[in-house]
Amino acid sequence: MRREEIRVCIVRVGGTNCDAETKRSFEDLGVKAFVYHFNEVSQGIDLLDYHILVFPGGFAYGDYVRAGVIFAKNVMARMGKKIIRFVDEGKPILGICNGFQMLVESGLLPGINGVSEHPEAALATNIPIGYRCKWVYLRHENNGKCVFTRLIPKGRVLRIPISHAEGRFLLPRDREKEILNKLLENDQIVLRYCSENGEYAEGRYPDNPNGSFHDIAGICNPEGTVFGLMPHPERAYYGWQLPDWTRIGKPPRYGDGKMIFESVVQYVMRKF
Amino acid sequence: MRYIVRVEVSLKPGHSDPEGETTREALLELNYPVDSVRVGKVYEILLEASSINDAQVKVEEMCRRLLANPVKDDYRYEIKEASNE
Repeated sequence: MRREEIRVCIVRVGGTNCDAETKRSFEDLGVKAFVYHFNEVSQGIDLLDYHILVFPGGFAYGDYVRAGVIFAKNVMARMGKKIIRFVDEGKPILGICNGFQMLVESGLLPGINGVSEHPEAALATNIPIGYRCKWVYLRHENNGKCVFTRLIPKGRVLRIPISHAEGRFLLPRDREKEILNKLLENDQIVLRYCSENGEYAEGRYPDNPNGSFHDIAGICNPEGTVFGLMPHPERAYYGWQLPDWTRIGKPPRYGDGKMIFESVVQYVMRKF
Repeated sequence: MRYIVRVEVSLKPGHSDPEGETTREALLELNYPVDSVRVGKVYEILLEASSINDAQVKVEEMCRRLLANPVKDDYRYEIKEASNE
């Protein structure tokens, strides 16, 4: 399909606060992006008329109970079947930050054996403790499965900011190794925290900003079409969003976040 | 019947609790000889159910589906009949 025919559905609820930047990033690429309240998505529009679904960053439902869980349960209770159909059609879902927490709590990620009834991972309180808003380095680890990073060479280091208090990626402790191996085998690991030179953080702060297991910053489902990440690519879309853009001579037109949006747009153009 | 349920959700043993650790350090600053602090959440729920067993089935489901993430959380609960007011 042509670029201008692509329709992106960005879902917001009370507490969502990154919907506008996400919409602008997609629109810059020439696709149509719409922000809808969750009530409109579940009762008004037909989600299947859209090609990409996005759960943006923020603090949905005040982060009550656990970050992302109330949004996750509401979405799955009201429209779980439609979401699963959306995924089965090969249509991509992106969860950024709070959206990633939501995808994990809903069982859509990691989704090793399909959508799980209970979460198979967690995004726990940062270690060191605290809300952290800073630029980090991420190493692209995916071998081509994830449709959101296909334009990014493996091993490439990206600079994208994080902004969260609960981003420590965790697996069940008694099955950590087994599940990690499964994620590697399925090519589900997408981004890992690293140093400026691309050396893995190996759990060390500040390169690993939150204590995530295996330095994991972003994963996808086994099909590569559902992708969640703690960093905010929409805050690294334009060159003028870079923290040092006034000091680096002529800033680049775009930041590293753009490649994530462009990858998924090209995937949809080819697939549908 | 109405039941009063008190659900306590806490981190599984062995899981790091940065909030608890920070609280412990603050209590040490105040000169209390505190060895460890673990932080959890308490939910007090007023629930309609046909029997105490039915209430227990419902609470168990609530914990598994929403209140706790089995990857990191443990939960326990007490169920009491609500007094008629």
